[in-house]
Amino acid sequence: MNIVDFLNPEAIILNLNADSSEQVIRALGGKLLELGYVTDDFVDATLAREANMPTGLPLGGSVNAAIPHVDIEYVKKSALGLATLEREVVFYNMVENDVEVPCRLVIMLALDAPKSQVEMLQSVAGILQQPALIDALITAKNVEDVLAALR
Amino acid sequence: MTKTIIVSCGTAIATSTVAAKAIEEACKAAGLNVRTTQCKAAEIKNYLDGADLIVTTSQIRFDPGIPVINGLPFLTGIGRDKVIEEIIEILKD
Repeated sequence: MNIVDFLNPEAIILNLNADSSEQVIRALGGKLLELGYVTDDFVDATLAREANMPTGLPLGGSVNAAIPHVDIEYVKKSALGLATLEREVVFYNMVENDVEVPCRLVIMLALDAPKSQVEMLQSVAGILQQPALIDALITAKNVEDVLAALR
Repeated sequence: MTKTIIVSCGTAIATSTVAAKAIEEACKAAGLNVRTTQCKAAEIKNYLDGADLIVTTSQIRFDPGIPVINGLPFLTGIGRDKVIEEIIEILKD
């Protein structure tokens, strides 16, 4: 099993021009909605959760990431969305909620059952733990580059 | 004796799943018997009875009365060895 199995190429956005975490979540959530993975209210619910329980993660390299997600009731079928951002966008730290985390990589998780997709989640964590892989994602010129890096 | 670790996050779906797996593996490798219970941070109070430690990947806004450890290293890898040492230190007695 590979993370690519959960990442529809159409749910990948490269060099997204966004000024806020809300714009990023709307863009990625919109893709997951178009592709039929999530319910109509997924985006609003994810925004509400991000405001209350943020998902920014400071990482070891030069690039930080956020992993917005929400309760299972808004998800029809488990999937991932991935966006690289043209410039850093502020998310907030998952554990210290008042600390800003400027992010250039956002991996949106849509999960349809509790404790499901352990391997997928571990794969996402595995990506976060590899600065060289994150650099490859950030510099990807097209979706094929992204998929090749993740494989 | 089996120790109980509450592993909490915002939704009890994503990040606590990753953290719980990693904690179970690390404790097993260290020869500690542990049981993990996953819950939302908002539900921790319901699980405190008999629990020895909380590892959380979201902010906890009250004092639970047992040790609390930041679980982000299990997601990001940063400081992972140190946090495993801390967990073992707390649970070994």
